[in-house]
Amino acid sequence: MADWTAFLYAILGTVLISFFGMGFGLGILGVDRKLAAHMQARIGPPLRQPFIDFRKLLLKENIVPENAIPWLFNAAPVFALASSITILLYLPIGGLPPVLGNYGDIILVMYLLTVPALAMVAGGFASGSPYATVGAQREMITMIAYEFPLATVLIALAWRLSVLGVANPFSLSALTATPVWAMAGPLGAVGAVLLLIVLILVTPGELSRVPFDTPEAETELAGGLIVEYSGRNLAMFYLAQGVKTVAMTSVIVALFFPWGLSGLIPGSPVTGFVADLIFYVIKVLAVVFISVSVIRVVMARFRINQVVTLYWVFIGGLGILGLLLLVLDSLGGV
Amino acid sequence: MKPTPALNRSLWVFHLNTGSCNGCEIEIVAAITPRYDPERFGIKLVGSPRHADVLMVTGPVPKKMKERVLRVYAQTPDPKVVICCGTCGESGGVYYDSYNLDGPIDDVIPVDVYISGCPPRPEAILHGVVKAIEKLERLERGAA
Ligand code: SF4
Repeated sequence: MADWTAFLYAILGTVLISFFGMGFGLGILGVDRKLAAHMQARIGPPLRQPFIDFRKLLLKENIVPENAIPWLFNAAPVFALASSITILLYLPIGGLPPVLGNYGDIILVMYLLTVPALAMVAGGFASGSPYATVGAQREMITMIAYEFPLATVLIALAWRLSVLGVANPFSLSALTATPVWAMAGPLGAVGAVLLLIVLILVTPGELSRVPFDTPEAETELAGGLIVEYSGRNLAMFYLAQGVKTVAMTSVIVALFFPWGLSGLIPGSPVTGFVADLIFYVIKVLAVVFISVSVIRVVMARFRINQVVTLYWVFIGGLGILGLLLLVLDSLGGV
Repeated sequence: MKPTPALNRSLWVFHLNTGSCNGCEIEIVAAITPRYDPERFGIKLVGSPRHADVLMVTGPVPKKMKERVLRVYAQTPDPKVVICCGTCGESGGVYYDSYNLDGPIDDVIPVDVYISGCPPRPEAILHGVVKAIEKLERLERGAA
């Protein structure tokens, strides 16, 4: 019997999270565009603009270029969307524990985060356009570049937990139960802030936004990876972009700001759940504002070799400094 | 295919230069600055004709360019709108009667909206885009 309820929970949760992720993802893109517009002293598009764009793209003609590989070309957007949604299933959303939390940990999330990008790379190579090929190569290089600082942050946080004797330091429930701030001394807090900054700087690279949108570079590569995509396939990439934004920011929220409101609000579990969800949405929007909107408004695009140097030397170095501070902190404190 | 409100409210523009003098380009760039902010209407410039709903064509189409214009037109997914920006795309303008022209633009591809001026002011360009939206709305109401 218990098996059945777990199974049912997984299926229902998957459906709910998918719809939530898609709706919220497009919503986030709208908020991001509006905020960016206001920062540039513009009025900007209405908040529901991404929904309009998405509906329009669904109506458009879907062209498969003559020298593309059709099955791979058409499969890539589906893969990108499906894998972005899959990431959400391993992450806590508001007060809700991760739907598949028992089956994977933060290491799995880290690998899943690369799958949408890999799908786009496959689609780019399959579209048989030189622009898309260059874009795909750049995307792979970017991926290799940001993976190192990202891994540094995750390992630092998990290592701190393992020092405390937590049984499974990589599991998301352990990571969210004891945020770094709670267990760190002053030195460790500085380290944690550094790690947070690293993760915030990894986000635009992960999402291919300015200044790390080198793979898509509209002005030089005419859209790069997705240059040949139109209609329904482009709509799916658009949606995947939104869901991926939710996923990446949810990782930051889960690792650094996992607090909920349900403990503070008296009353039924339903109000607690709703309060948690609203608080979660606010936290995600705040992270998107800092890590995507502000950065993309104040910066221009990096060249691809600058992206690699920046991620490996500077941001990676910052991550290792944070890790060292955490280590020193625990050696002094424990 | 029938236009819908979603299309009118989210026109993605691909700018195609068919040998213009670059005057119109500068005015198009001026038209997307924060002062005019066409993103209010969901309009944005895209880098690939595959993503576009509107072809903003400038220049008089010299002989070498004709085939490319046709190819870009074919690459743009339906439904699409073509806007001819600048006098030299309308009639030849300062290049009128030149030996190397295959244009003006409407001799090569069908044009929906003409924006006059050499170069047109940003206000005129935005007005042209609004005219294109009006045309799509008319089509939506029944003409199609
Ligand atoms: S219309 Fe005038 S300004 Fe525009 S491209 Fe032609 S010649 Fe140049």
